[in-house]
Amino acid sequence: MGPSLPLFPEQASAMASRVDALYFYLLAVSGFFAVLIAILVIVFAIKYRRRSETELPRGIEGSLKLEVAWTAIPLAIAMSFFFWGAKLFFAMNIPPNDALEVYVVGKQWMWKVQHADGQREINELHVPVNRAVRLTMTSEDVIHDFFVPAFRMKKDVLPGRYTTAWFHATRPGRYHLFCAQYCGTKHSAMIGWIDVMEPADFQAWLSGGAASESLASAGAKLFQRHACNTCHRQDSLARGPNLQGLFGKPVQLADGRSVVADESYLRESILTPNAKIVAGFQPIMPTFQGLVSEEELLQLVAYVKSLSNPPPAPGLTPAPGGAAPPLVNRAAPPEKGK
Amino acid sequence: MSAVVREPEPQEPRRNYLNSSYGIRSWLLTKDHKRIALLYLVSVTFFFFLGGLFALLIRLELLTPAGDLVQAETYNKLFTMHGVTMIFFFLIPSIPAVLGNFLIPMMIGARDLAFPRLNLLSWYVYVVGALFTLWAVVHGGVDTGWTFYTPYSTASSNAHVIATAVGIFITGFSSILTGLNFIVTIHTMRAPGMTWFRLPLFVWSHYATSLIMVLGTPVLAVTILMVFIERVLHLGIFDPALGGDPILFQHLFWFYSHPAVYIMVLPAMGVISELVTTFSRKNIFGYKFVAFASIGIAVLGFLVWGHHMFVSGQSVYAGLIFSVLSFLVAVPSAVKVFNWTATMYKGSISYRTPMLYAFGFIGLFTIGGLTGLFLATLGVDVHVHDTYFIIAHFHYIMVGGAIMGYLGGIHYWWPKISGKMYPEAWARFAALVVFVGFHLTFFPQFILGYLGMPRRYHAYPPEFQVLNVMSTAGASILGLGYIIPMIYLVWSMRYGRNAPPNPWGSTGLEWKSSSPPPTDNFEEPPVVTEDPYTYSHEEVETFG
Repeated sequence: MGPSLPLFPEQASAMASRVDALYFYLLAVSGFFAVLIAILVIVFAIKYRRRSETELPRGIEGSLKLEVAWTAIPLAIAMSFFFWGAKLFFAMNIPPNDALEVYVVGKQWMWKVQHADGQREINELHVPVNRAVRLTMTSEDVIHDFFVPAFRMKKDVLPGRYTTAWFHATRPGRYHLFCAQYCGTKHSAMIGWIDVMEPADFQAWLSGGAASESLASAGAKLFQRHACNTCHRQDSLARGPNLQGLFGKPVQLADGRSVVADESYLRESILTPNAKIVAGFQPIMPTFQGLVSEEELLQLVAYVKSLSNPPPAPGLTPAPGGAAPPLVNRAAPPEKGK
Repeated sequence: MSAVVREPEPQEPRRNYLNSSYGIRSWLLTKDHKRIALLYLVSVTFFFFLGGLFALLIRLELLTPAGDLVQAETYNKLFTMHGVTMIFFFLIPSIPAVLGNFLIPMMIGARDLAFPRLNLLSWYVYVVGALFTLWAVVHGGVDTGWTFYTPYSTASSNAHVIATAVGIFITGFSSILTGLNFIVTIHTMRAPGMTWFRLPLFVWSHYATSLIMVLGTPVLAVTILMVFIERVLHLGIFDPALGGDPILFQHLFWFYSHPAVYIMVLPAMGVISELVTTFSRKNIFGYKFVAFASIGIAVLGFLVWGHHMFVSGQSVYAGLIFSVLSFLVAVPSAVKVFNWTATMYKGSISYRTPMLYAFGFIGLFTIGGLTGLFLATLGVDVHVHDTYFIIAHFHYIMVGGAIMGYLGGIHYWWPKISGKMYPEAWARFAALVVFVGFHLTFFPQFILGYLGMPRRYHAYPPEFQVLNVMSTAGASILGLGYIIPMIYLVWSMRYGRNAPPNPWGSTGLEWKSSSPPPTDNFEEPPVVTEDPYTYSHEEVETFG
């Protein structure tokens, strides 16, 4: 077998062909201008080559018309790149509502993955084909970057906050996962695989693993172990905000602002509770910085999210509509009083 | 063809800036801008070959997919030191501090820069900064990448971050002093009749560059200071574990480092304007558009830093703004390329070595600029960001653009600087070797990048090997192309033919003086009576 020479990456996500279409448009336009300039330079260099040491061509002052033309035309073409690129960028940043949730923690030098059902993997991510997958990612140390060339997907993974990304795999197979943000000595070893499986195979994989419990129920246990439930409760003894149905809703803060309760808000409220005080409550919550790991934080976040959603049936059934439906709180795991 | 018969071998002028005094003190304490330019020439050449050595080792490691030649840590230090030496100690000072220093006073008809002592000081500041960085190299190097991203640089790396950063911090002041000196000189030292619109475009582009140096470099200094504070005093600024924000570092870093790209390429554009006019014997097409394009690039260049951060977690809307501004900054560059090409129209084009570099520059810079559009396009940048596509793009700009411009300029003004002619046949051969080697090195990297090979990878999956082998082969050819001029230019200082005052028949004021010029630049203060690049006094043809 001779050495292989691939010239173009595989297309394995819904986004890949859309990115490639724009890429080919850019290639065509740039190719045209590069060839145009090259031909002009070569033709002029040959046609107007110096034929005698004494020849002196007449001066040409310039041309306003030409200057306007070669300012306006490139600008107009550039704007077409801009609008098309911006449209794709928005699509890349807005995950569909029914996406499968996966949590990713990067650390020097490995990828740790948790599925909502509790399966954990390292440097490997199994996902079903033809289903949107949303990643909520954070880092334990320095900045990493989750890059899957076959999906044309890339997002920095930062310590101290959540970033999100999503993809919709369209072809079963094994695809490279690279860390694309330089993160230290073994940066180039912080690689792994995305395994895109047929739904049935994925189902088998899910049930085959030794998944102990779902992320949300692990979070529920942490919620009790750290005695969160002594303040965050639904009855009149509550000294902290009620978390039922909270996720995804706007929260009125004591200083008059309003924020949406997303993953980052929940994370911040656990680690630096005084950063955003909910209107009507006292700043009495202690920080849990150092008491919960990044993975446990994601479990707690998954638990709070589950208080707004029906617990996802293992992996596959796409929640219709998906947006936090009202008054499903009773479906949440039972809260055991004190 | 190459043996051009000209006037009989000219005598070297009896007194010039090179033989007016002798001894090490006369060089190390000189206030002559031309001698200071030569001090810079020697220092930046040293760093160029040092940075090139690092590049060679990088390419050798990447010959095979496995990380086998050097260890991962060593590899990381190699690409860091390659970036640091090439950017801060070669590219940024190269054209301004060598050619700008030598030529700006001569081009505007002045005896020297406005502040000769400050000029010498700026070289010493550069050397002190360089020594700090060299110390770091010798004592184990630094492994953060030239970008020093936090919190890796402040909390994680255990290499010599501080010594390197201090070196860059100090060298930044040399850049500020040079920029300041140029601005004051261009404002106040122009010869009678040298109005702003009679300035050679080389001077315009250095004026724009100086603005960036003076306004941008302090931000780099502040940023490095903050890295210092966090790393040494553990005061949280960037590290989330200390309550800081790592994205803030990226904003501050790129606020300087994106405009810094224009510090590297604007002066090269200035060189190209001189070369294209001289070797076409024509005035520049659209003088004012080329001049103001430089200013436009300098101003807009300050507003696009966020395009390095489209996937960093910065707001989607910020990405939108930075994307549209990045497209805007591309337009003045395109205008320049079109004007250079139009200048050749109906010219009298000579294929002397400097013009070959100008052809190379136009071709390579065009590809570099066009691929920049891919990166400004949000939806495509997400995929190619931090891959070899980026590496290829900025090497087309910095090596294909800035270094081609630098070499073209060195050859063009070598007769003026050294008083000797370089060997034309060898020089043409070297220019061709550089052009071929360059493409073979960097073109495959565009393909590698779109395939998804991330940058800064010590080891890589085997399917990327063939393109990497091509790149390494090209790099060896490119290296040869850089060594040949080094040899024949040194050789020519002793054995080269004596240069006439104006070997190219150029109109610039610097060519009105002898080669090499006297210490005071001109026997009599020049008076300027016409526009630059007035080759023909016939009636000017109107066009379009």
